[in-house]
Amino acid sequence: MAEVVHVEVGHGEHHDDHHELSFWSKYIFSTDHKIIGFQYMFTGMAMALIGGYFAYVFRMQLAFPGSSIPFWGTLSPAAYNSLVTNHGTIMIFWVAMPVLIAAMGNFLIPLMIGCDDMVFPKINRLSYQIFLLSAIVLLASFFVPGGAFGGAWTSYAPLSAKAQYNSTPFGAPLWLIAVTLEIVAFLLGGINFITTTMNARAKGMKIYDIPMIVWMIVIASILFMCSVGPLVAGAVMLLFDQTLGTAFFDANAGGDPVLWQHLFWFFGHPEVYVVLLPAMGIVAEVTCTFARKKLFSYKLILYSSIGLGILSFFVWAHHQFISGVDPRATYLFTTTTLLISIPVAIMLFAFVATLYGGSIRFTTAMLFALAFTGEFLLGGVTGIWLGSSGTDIYLHDTYFVLAHFHYTFVPIAIIATFAAIYYWFPKMFGRKMNESWGKIHFWGTIIGFNGIFIPLFILGAGGQHRRIYNFQNYPDLAGADMQDMRVFATMSLIVMLVSQIPFLINFIVSIKRGEKAGKNPWKANTLEWVAPSPPPHGNFGPVLPEVYRGPYEYSVDGREKDYWPQNEKPEPEAS
Amino acid sequence: MAHQIVATGRSRTGIPTGRLAVWWIIGSEIVIFGGLIATYLLNRFNHGPSWSAEAAHTNTFIGAANTFWLLTSSLFVVFAHAASERQDAKKTRMWIWLTIMLGGFFMGFKSYEYATEILHGYTIFTSNFWSFYYLATGLHGFHVLCGMVIMAIIAENDIKNERNWHRVENIGLYWHFVDIVWIFLFPLMYIAK
Amino acid sequence: MFEFLDKFMPGILESLLPRASSYAVQIDVLFDVITILVGFWFFLVLGYFFYLIFRYRQRDGHKAEYISGETHKQKQAIEIPHYLILVCDVAIIIPTFLVWFNIKIDVPPPDEEVRIVAQQWAWTFYHAGEDKVLGTEDDIVSVNELHIKNNTQYSYHLESKDVMHNFSVPVFRLKQDAIPGRVISGHFKPILEGEWDIQCAEMCGVAHGIMGARIFIKSEAEHNAWLAANTPIPSDAGTLAIVNQNRSQEKKDRKNG
Repeated sequence: MAEVVHVEVGHGEHHDDHHELSFWSKYIFSTDHKIIGFQYMFTGMAMALIGGYFAYVFRMQLAFPGSSIPFWGTLSPAAYNSLVTNHGTIMIFWVAMPVLIAAMGNFLIPLMIGCDDMVFPKINRLSYQIFLLSAIVLLASFFVPGGAFGGAWTSYAPLSAKAQYNSTPFGAPLWLIAVTLEIVAFLLGGINFITTTMNARAKGMKIYDIPMIVWMIVIASILFMCSVGPLVAGAVMLLFDQTLGTAFFDANAGGDPVLWQHLFWFFGHPEVYVVLLPAMGIVAEVTCTFARKKLFSYKLILYSSIGLGILSFFVWAHHQFISGVDPRATYLFTTTTLLISIPVAIMLFAFVATLYGGSIRFTTAMLFALAFTGEFLLGGVTGIWLGSSGTDIYLHDTYFVLAHFHYTFVPIAIIATFAAIYYWFPKMFGRKMNESWGKIHFWGTIIGFNGIFIPLFILGAGGQHRRIYNFQNYPDLAGADMQDMRVFATMSLIVMLVSQIPFLINFIVSIKRGEKAGKNPWKANTLEWVAPSPPPHGNFGPVLPEVYRGPYEYSVDGREKDYWPQNEKPEPEAS
Repeated sequence: MAHQIVATGRSRTGIPTGRLAVWWIIGSEIVIFGGLIATYLLNRFNHGPSWSAEAAHTNTFIGAANTFWLLTSSLFVVFAHAASERQDAKKTRMWIWLTIMLGGFFMGFKSYEYATEILHGYTIFTSNFWSFYYLATGLHGFHVLCGMVIMAIIAENDIKNERNWHRVENIGLYWHFVDIVWIFLFPLMYIAK
Repeated sequence: MFEFLDKFMPGILESLLPRASSYAVQIDVLFDVITILVGFWFFLVLGYFFYLIFRYRQRDGHKAEYISGETHKQKQAIEIPHYLILVCDVAIIIPTFLVWFNIKIDVPPPDEEVRIVAQQWAWTFYHAGEDKVLGTEDDIVSVNELHIKNNTQYSYHLESKDVMHNFSVPVFRLKQDAIPGRVISGHFKPILEGEWDIQCAEMCGVAHGIMGARIFIKSEAEHNAWLAANTPIPSDAGTLAIVNQNRSQEKKDRKNG
């Protein structure tokens, strides 16, 4: 472990040498990891509003079929498919990933490991620029002739491969190019997360002293990198089929449509853990700080997440049980799928166990972190009905699947994100968000969320299929009791969306007028709370911190303070 | 930004950050090419006779010559690395440019090869075998080209000014990876008939 | 075995949708088994979670404890529940394997056959007609209506003309993707007379949501009456020979999926 020998002078020292940076250099073309983190965060939040708006429109159609929807008009079947497709695509690639990995990772990692920026700031900036381009390409697909792609976020061939089938000759390739650019952006971003965490750690920060969220982002990046390659290859093949007329996925010309499914899901399944792990990292940080407790079995959580990552490569065909793959293969995949619940359960149980013996403060951030654990528990267990190939015959492509993945994805992309924002807002902007408004936001979001998806479990178990424009076309599904549940779900969505208004107002107003926060308003241990709030360029000034202990030394016996920052020098031995 | 980032210079693992970054990039590329090659193999097994018939028309001589250019160029880039360790700017630049030259031969032979095949009616649309052939070798050729460009930049921008010697090793690693991909493609597309 | 277990099960799916096939009971029982096992663990953990939140809320005079979770006993507190969960997993996997085999791998000898062709955006059903042989003159072709006889073992052969579709009959608890370029076969045996939805369960384009069909399960007498009323009038001998020749060639080319 050779330490590079040179005198480390922190960034702050050089500040006098700077000419005053222009607005463009400081905010638009910045290479500062914090600014890049904000760029990802605000882009992700804007895309979340768009994705949420799409959900509002298509849920209104489902609740009141054929009616004129406020702020949209009437919804055609083709537009319905486009909204459903792009809602899913946007939420996964342009909300969950940028906010959880790129925004949190960029903002937090250099601060939490005690250095002044990411190792390759210019590559970092490039990754955001490619990401922004990908978002623009996706949004552009709505304005081309034929409209946006409507073949579901899974984009199965041959529907996605030929304009004669999908009716979106420009939308389909643009969608694919947008997704591919987003993947490239995240592969580039991963360079920084890995190298910075491995190499740029503060002096004294050993492997098990690294905060859990940093580990989770690193493991997620590795998981992403190892799984996305075949999809990139497949995306190029699909693009060639769409634009050049090759026949990689065309059964009539020697190709194989099921091949696309394998290439997609080989990535698609690890992807859900790519977004799950950072969310769990956030919950770990917030839970420990507000329960004043050490994280229960750090090593077990770490090893479980690595095991989870490895196992996630062996379950992908559970998305394809009835797709025509060799039926004997399902024995293997159903077994691995049921087994993968074990490491996830270990991690969730560890979070629950962290509460034992704690002294829990119910700040808004903590409420969201606790909600994650409870809601994700339901999401995770409902996967068992789907992982069992026998029940999956009936439940595949029904709303049961949809409710399952929203009970996992919403805790990941929305609930954990809110926990992170309320928790780190003081560090980002130097002020706290208002707690009362936060509680209103919390209850509205959670009540709304459960109101949407509990009825959907029931509807799915009753045989209601996904991606259907109007259930009144199906006599078995057109009954009043089922339609009432759809209306209830849509009303709950409106409650959930409206509840975001107090959040947005709180966020914007608190940046300028929130209660001023010092360096460490939550009395937490990790290194980001050593830097000023907000941290200047270079983060810590001329002297970078050194680490003497792990990140979760709360409520240590015999100490007066119930927290012990990582960088606090150990007291000299009492004589 | 003129000032040095402290983080860039740190090395808690002992591996320089630049090298870690190149390994990450190579890792991503391995998975991409790996996916492509695995897909090719599966198709080859499922369509044995028809794909063999198509594969018979690839030009093994050019494939073999290109293998020779790439392998030798990997040797040259090793010499370039050795020279950079000695901080011998003249020799380093010479070996880099010789590597680029052999890369140029590779691309030249490939262009001739593509042209002849297309003129004989074997285009990317001819059959699925040819679709894979052009996609895989084309993607690989694109990586060769990118490598050549980056090497030229390193030679003229960094080595000429006697700085950033470590970049020679890093681009060398990338170049070896490009070589190894070819070592997989060559037997699959040119030898297995 | 599944019929026996069904007596003790809550019958959740049946309360939502009738069971119209001979194997629907198997899926329903498996669903209930999973519900009971998973439900038990879910409510246990959730209950404990809420208890901890209440018990360890911040109060004056109570300080948090320092627990690393790394001692043997503490690790066991997590590991032992997981061994128990593993046992439950096995209890789920075994009936899963049985159900899957019975529905998707086993091929019971059929009394009747149907050919199903999916396309953008309709279902075409080829019924075997009075001679019970597919591909002959008396086949009855209908669009978006499948007519079958109760208590008869059917074999189905599913194709697609264009993109991926999925033949889904919720009251049978059956679902199968239709893949262009392949013929995929399966089986079902109706046990309940009535009329229900057929849905397409794979996104297939603009009118995916309007691609419903209906299945009509009739008694033997009613089904025979339907056959008699709908059998096509035979054409002249010459055409008959050519048609028979083509259709028997089609039968030879058909592969199991």
